[in-house]
Amino acid sequence: MDWEPVIGLEIHAQLLTRSKIFSAASTAFGAEPNVNACPIDLGYPGMLPVLNREVVRMAVMFGLAVDAEIAPRSVFARKNYFYPDLPKGYQISQYELPIVGPGRLTISLEDGHEKVIGITRAHLEEDAGKSLHEAFDGSTGIDLNRAGVPLLEIVSEPDLRSAREAGAYMKAIHTLVRYLGICDGNMQEGSLRCDANVSLRPRGSRSFGTRTEIKNVNSFHFIEQAIDYEIARQADLLESGGTVVQETRLYDPERHETRSMRAKEEANDYRYFPDPDLLPVELDAAFINAIRATLPELPRARRERLQTQYGLSAYDAGVLTAERELADYYEAVVESLGGEAKLSANWVMGELAAALNREGLTIGTSRISAPGLAGLLRQIIDGLISGKLAKEVFEAMWAGEGEADAVIKKRGLRQISDPEALVRVIDEVIAANPSQVAQYKAGKEKLFGYFVGQVMKQTRGRANPAEVNRLLKQRLPPPGG
Amino acid sequence: MTLHGLKAIAAALAAGETTSVALVEAVLEKIERLDGKLNSFVSLTRDVALRAARRADAAISRGETGSLLGIPMAHKDIFCTEGVKTSAGSRMLDSFTAPYDAGVVERLKHAGAVMVGKTNMDEFAMGSSSETSFYGPVGNPWDLGRVPGGSSGGSAAAVAARLVPYATGTDTGGSIRQPAALTGITGIKPTYGRVSRYGMIAFASSLDQGGVLAPSAEDAALVLEAMAGFDPRDSTSVDEPVPEYSALVDESLRGRRIGVPKEFIASGVDPAVSAALATALEQLAGLGCEVEETSLPHLGLSVPTYYVVAPAEASANLARYDGVRFGYRAENPANLTDLYERSRREGFGAEVKRRILIGTFVLSHGYYDAYYLRAQRVRQRIAADFRHAFERYDFLVGPTTPSAAFRLGEKTADPVSMYLNDIFTIGVNLAGLPACSVPMGFDGNLPVGLQMIGKAFDEAGILALAHQYQQVTDWHRRVPPRWE
Repeated sequence: MDWEPVIGLEIHAQLLTRSKIFSAASTAFGAEPNVNACPIDLGYPGMLPVLNREVVRMAVMFGLAVDAEIAPRSVFARKNYFYPDLPKGYQISQYELPIVGPGRLTISLEDGHEKVIGITRAHLEEDAGKSLHEAFDGSTGIDLNRAGVPLLEIVSEPDLRSAREAGAYMKAIHTLVRYLGICDGNMQEGSLRCDANVSLRPRGSRSFGTRTEIKNVNSFHFIEQAIDYEIARQADLLESGGTVVQETRLYDPERHETRSMRAKEEANDYRYFPDPDLLPVELDAAFINAIRATLPELPRARRERLQTQYGLSAYDAGVLTAERELADYYEAVVESLGGEAKLSANWVMGELAAALNREGLTIGTSRISAPGLAGLLRQIIDGLISGKLAKEVFEAMWAGEGEADAVIKKRGLRQISDPEALVRVIDEVIAANPSQVAQYKAGKEKLFGYFVGQVMKQTRGRANPAEVNRLLKQRLPPPGG
Repeated sequence: MTLHGLKAIAAALAAGETTSVALVEAVLEKIERLDGKLNSFVSLTRDVALRAARRADAAISRGETGSLLGIPMAHKDIFCTEGVKTSAGSRMLDSFTAPYDAGVVERLKHAGAVMVGKTNMDEFAMGSSSETSFYGPVGNPWDLGRVPGGSSGGSAAAVAARLVPYATGTDTGGSIRQPAALTGITGIKPTYGRVSRYGMIAFASSLDQGGVLAPSAEDAALVLEAMAGFDPRDSTSVDEPVPEYSALVDESLRGRRIGVPKEFIASGVDPAVSAALATALEQLAGLGCEVEETSLPHLGLSVPTYYVVAPAEASANLARYDGVRFGYRAENPANLTDLYERSRREGFGAEVKRRILIGTFVLSHGYYDAYYLRAQRVRQRIAADFRHAFERYDFLVGPTTPSAAFRLGEKTADPVSMYLNDIFTIGVNLAGLPACSVPMGFDGNLPVGLQMIGKAFDEAGILALAHQYQQVTDWHRRVPPRWE
């Protein structure tokens, strides 16, 4: 049977606030356990939640960016269950009335096509703490630093049809929330987490098969692997006459498999009800429009603009706009050069990206600034340095030796274009290689490159290659010509 | 020390006739001598009180004044007090000391109030008799064989016995007004949102409201004006200016309209209560008010509505008592489930468990619509009844309870009859309105109370009505024999 996968994602994005969603405690990552947990986060008697207005602004930004309806009135509810890392015995979330209603996001697929993915809703909620099972000699430790960290849960429609599409959608959300400045997208630190709902149906069928939920997959790579595994597992089950059990499964990235966590029958009755400690969030058009005015250019619009404005390929524009800071950097280079979009793109995506990767840096922590890189490219454009030597200059700049012109001066790398000086070197090379000259004249034309190489060697790469070619052809006319 | 009334005490302090330290010593001596029978206190805070008293005496000697400055008082043990145990009357919190003061505690501290102890109460404020406390039942100073009402029964008994000049309380379904009525004192529950719930241990968040128990309306006005006000740490707190209630208690009531809901005088009210009410209504008319009968058609639904909404909220509010971070923890738990189950089984009393079970049930899948949502809709109807009545009337009055104090143990086996004791008070919480109870006579040797309900944020109005009623009556000056 030809099975069609049906996939929906629930993405939890940690909102980039300084303090928690309902308390003044810090959201900083990596603190000693329970240092960033105040009595409100600990669920102490008499403590009450107070909404951090910043999370409302961020949720509305997201909603506007995915063309969603912003609820004029949304309500926080209590989701009741017992767990040691859930201090109050309930999680404050949004249930019946989420802040962001139906919206959509267009994603780009590898084959160049675009696809619109429906977003069912996005709602605000608090994160739980963390149970620590190691180093407590059989007991469990609890770290409540995460408890009360603000999350935006973004629920997609079951519009995704492959692991690749799911990965592309997750990347698009990742890019978007970073563009909006509402989430740092750091998946190692759990700032962006993903649950995937996966089911299969015979291709052409309109109804849905039984789905499983894969919990907490924290990388683009793993999400695709986990979904591919789950698709294959369900297909095997169905092909062999079995049935899929509705359940929650956990992906084990070391064994490349998903395993059952709990069946639906064991699922909690969360007994949601509106939280009487919090007022409904009521938003008027003026508030929403004020936020709309602060929206940055969104990734897709920027990619399209880069293609039309600078004539970049779809691929280059896609790479350069994957992160807002990268696109800002690129455009700053182009702007200070007054053009040269393709040369700039090659350097940003080539040397610069390689250097950043090599050292695990981000564009924001690049050792060479956009004006600095533009200064280097200016030297190439003006013919003051060869492209090859420019790479050496780049490395020197990266190592902190200064701006391009200073490095070039200090290292004596300025390109030699003066014909008199070049002819002198060429004549030396001809004089020093009589046998090669004889062979060349006898018709061994490919020795021309040898002479160019010798000139470059004599000038330690500084000779202007175009001039060397031109002058060499004058001194050593082609044998047949 | 036989000073009566906060004004008189403040004047004596200002004149140097006594000191805060002397008042504290006298109060503690009386409590230690007499409270053994009453059991109105859970803890006494001698050292904390004396430190505060010395600070107050120093302030007074510098010429500072304040209506509460240096005057002893007690907090219901539901308000968190930094460094002093806060138990909510429960074994669950017998070992709990908060690292913070409740908003109410802060404000009264700031006004110079001197806390001498924390008062006994129904466990987690769940009860109408102060019999469900882990620390044992509270007696009624008018008759030690009878209950003082609840849940603020410790505060009410302590004030009625004149152990302290005033005490704080909380009122979720009548927990200030009903004990005030049953012990012959004045109690006010302000408008929902008027007094901060920050640091006040939650029972039912949408109904809980802090307030005052004091001998007279004038004293209650002085305390409430110090206690009330916006607190950004409580999202349901309302940013509405607080009038100087004590300066408004003599405002003329001429032409003010009083409605007497016929549901408040329906059958089931004891004859002595009806008789006292009839006299009280004449006296209110004598103050220049127009008194007429009216109706709150849905009031009869308030008890069943309340017993869905309050337990629902409580079932979630009390989930945090799990033995993990603070409070009671069962010994040697075998595993996590055992830790939860035994900590809660051993830490909570029967009434609390009953309400957690009810609340869990009404929120469960398949029952939510039939119970919780339906109760919310009825709550809207009840609130609408009050809104309509207040389009015509300035106040609604009636008996606070259908009868005087019942015997200890009389209703413990029959929770529904216990719940029905709050039939006249619960609707007010569902509507979020301010109301007070003032003494209006006796049934034999037991006091009965008159409830006065006002428009939202018209605490000034009901305090004026109560105060002027107390100018033509002396019920609030009656002190139970042997406690004077």
